Amino acid sequence: MAALYLTIFISLILAIIFLVLFYHSNKTGQYEDTYTPSVRMLFEDEAGYKSVEEKQRESEENTPK
Amino acid sequence: MAGEKGEKLVCYHCGLEMHPSEAIWHDGKPFCCNGCKTVYEILHTHDLSRYYTLVENPGINAESISPSSGDKFAFLDKPEIAAKLLEFDDGQTRVVNLFVPAIHCASCIWVLEHLEKLNPGILHSEVNFNTKNVRITFDSRKITLRQVAELLTSIAYEPQINLDSLEKNKRRSENRLILQIGVAGFAFGNIMLLALPHYIQKEGYWLERFAPLFGWIMFGLSLPVVFYSAREYFESALKGLKNRIVNVDILIALGITVLFLRSFYEVITGSGQGYFDSLTGLVFFLLIGKYFQQITYRYLSFERDYKSYFPVAVTKITERGEEIIEIKDIKPGDRLLIRNEEIIPVDGVVMKNTAFVDYSFVTGESLPVEKTVGEKVLAGGKQTGNYIEIEAVSDVDNSYLTRLWSREAFKKNRHKQLKNITDKVSEYFTFVILAIALLAGVYWWWHKDFVTAVWIVASVLIVACPCALALAAPFAFGNVLRRFGHAQLYLKNETVLESMAGIDTLVFDKTGTLTVQEKFKVRYEGEALTDREKSIIKSITKISNHPLSRLIYKAYKQFPVITPEHVQEVKGKGILAYYEGKTFKLGSATWTGAQKGSDSSTQVYFYNGKKVKGVFIFEAHYREGVQALFKRLQSRYKIYIVSGDNEGERKKLEKILPSGTEMHFNMSVHEKMDFTKKLQKQGLRVMMIGDGLNDAGALKQSDVGIAVAEDTNVFTPAADGILKAHQLPYLDVFLKKSKQTLHVIYSAYVIAFAYNVIGLSFAVSNLLSPVIAAILMPVSSISVVVYVTVWTNILTKKLKFLS
Repeated sequence: MAALYLTIFISLILAIIFLVLFYHSNKTGQYEDTYTPSVRMLFEDEAGYKSVEEKQRESEENTPK
Repeated sequence: MAGEKGEKLVCYHCGLEMHPSEAIWHDGKPFCCNGCKTVYEILHTHDLSRYYTLVENPGINAESISPSSGDKFAFLDKPEIAAKLLEFDDGQTRVVNLFVPAIHCASCIWVLEHLEKLNPGILHSEVNFNTKNVRITFDSRKITLRQVAELLTSIAYEPQINLDSLEKNKRRSENRLILQIGVAGFAFGNIMLLALPHYIQKEGYWLERFAPLFGWIMFGLSLPVVFYSAREYFESALKGLKNRIVNVDILIALGITVLFLRSFYEVITGSGQGYFDSLTGLVFFLLIGKYFQQITYRYLSFERDYKSYFPVAVTKITERGEEIIEIKDIKPGDRLLIRNEEIIPVDGVVMKNTAFVDYSFVTGESLPVEKTVGEKVLAGGKQTGNYIEIEAVSDVDNSYLTRLWSREAFKKNRHKQLKNITDKVSEYFTFVILAIALLAGVYWWWHKDFVTAVWIVASVLIVACPCALALAAPFAFGNVLRRFGHAQLYLKNETVLESMAGIDTLVFDKTGTLTVQEKFKVRYEGEALTDREKSIIKSITKISNHPLSRLIYKAYKQFPVITPEHVQEVKGKGILAYYEGKTFKLGSATWTGAQKGSDSSTQVYFYNGKKVKGVFIFEAHYREGVQALFKRLQSRYKIYIVSGDNEGERKKLEKILPSGTEMHFNMSVHEKMDFTKKLQKQGLRVMMIGDGLNDAGALKQSDVGIAVAEDTNVFTPAADGILKAHQLPYLDVFLKKSKQTLHVIYSAYVIAFAYNVIGLSFAVSNLLSPVIAAILMPVSSISVVVYVTVWTNILTKKLKFLS
């Protein structure tokens, strides 16, 4: 049962680490803007990106006549 | 994609509907104006067309981008001004944070974060959507700050830089509440785990061995919750006691204290495990309620003063040529250049050209005022038409507008002392609870002993802790505030919503509030005009910069121009033109020889060489739905009109308003404020609805001041709320909903009391155990929160259709 001391100790340490991370993220402004990153995430990388129209044009060119 | 919506064409860039004949075709796509086309071209040539694929027609109407605005950002070349705006500067890399009101969609974010494609001098750009800011890092060797601003303007994302942005505190605000919630949640979660074994098992080796350790850990975890997370409750309770106000925080602070002390005692003596889970849970829920209520429209400002209305710099004319100086450096005697659409920063005398000063925002006069050389112009007016030169007669601090603002009455803050609904209820609640605690204590002392009595009193205070009570209002208000926000009524805080429910008198401003700013109807009365005459009128007005001429010109836009043999503008009278030997006149009644009409509306007469043929009457354009709004309002509210304008619109207003409505004209800023005060002295609760600086005093004085804004991005005077202009006809709906919200909160209080009765019955009969507290507290809180949320959602469902 002495293992319980260890597990409680570990679980508390873990929780405190998360709390510190939370404190850090708050301090560095991660809660300043909670909307923009959600949009930014969806922007695809430029390389190889094709707009809808480009894709349409390409598919028209590729279709055999 | 973009193109045709029904029969109408839609601008590919901004989505504006237009007639097919007006469309400008480029690249196979229709555009409403050259501005939109230009923006499209810029984006297209830089391979940024993806802008259009993220959101359909994402652009802002770019008509306003005129090539003449070339000097607009010239002041950014001045190092002193630039230094104040820059966040970081090492001589090479510079960082600036600009407010761009046009940010509104995902495409905006995309294009503003790809600015480096438009100009390689830009190293990085990051958008904050909530605050509508873009932070740009640029290489000062390749691009200047002015060029950055101009680049943004060229793609229709003009940054807004005014006097206020220079003084702004640039430090990021640390969000303390979020951290407090985090700490409370962390402690609550861990304490629940540690408290659980006790609830399941009452005895046994296992528990006996670990209970003291668990107790001490829980005690340790609760310390930051009590001393950090719950701090504001203690502070607020102390403040309340000092001011002899019984607020809800006193009960909360008392509950927390008793919970903590009793639990601490149990841990020390080993007699139990305490109520740490209830304690931390209580604080956690309360803070969440607080967070939910704290709704902020961060890009809106409710506290704006003239500083955010004034520009940063002005052009000074010296012997050496033009020079850009900061507003605060203007000295009496300086000669200043004011361009079209620029704001006059100081009182001055016109030295060159004729000024047409638009004071609609400052005084409420609807039409621009003509000021010729030698006449005085007051600070705050906006020049329309040609550029003018003025000589400053004072500095900024001693100008009309600034003096107006520094008056004492404008500074006082009356909202601080207001007691909110929860406090009002908890005043009674507190006394009842204290009485119950006392009675129960006395009873148990009598029947058993003193120690039991102390326990009972503690139990009563623990269980009576008004968690459910304190959560009802924040969640209801928070929810309704949010819904109002979706329907474009942005309220400063929940207190405003509460005050709104008690309003019985409505005071409206006219210019810009009931009427549409800068929009006039030109009506012609008299003998019908021939097409040739219409052409002549158009040609005559073409040469004039007078605002009335331009309105007439616009009305006859479609007729061809016939160049007159001679044309001349007679200052203060009208315009004169010769066609085939005949004299045509367009101007005032006396000058054209007409009989002046009886009403005092603005009129321009037309004389066709033989006789006065007719008259152009200028009428303000009233917002649609205003008449219907007054019809709905009249039975429940007293309505007043206070206008800074002349009586010209009285007749028109009488038609719109319910009969017998009091109307006051030619009211100055202070008269409006005093009028509001007078109504309040009669015991009426007044809501002021206005839009301009001339309403600022009344907006502040009234119980609820609502600023009406055509565009929430432009300047609005300090107010309790900002209402988007096209939503004005729904004012009655908002008022009604605010009342119903209060009803919901009252009914939630009934539920909260019911829970309290249950809890108290446990407490007074000495049956309150930690497990009962641990169940009762969250159940009551959550059920009350769910109750108010569901109800307010149902209430505000209709609002969705308004937006």
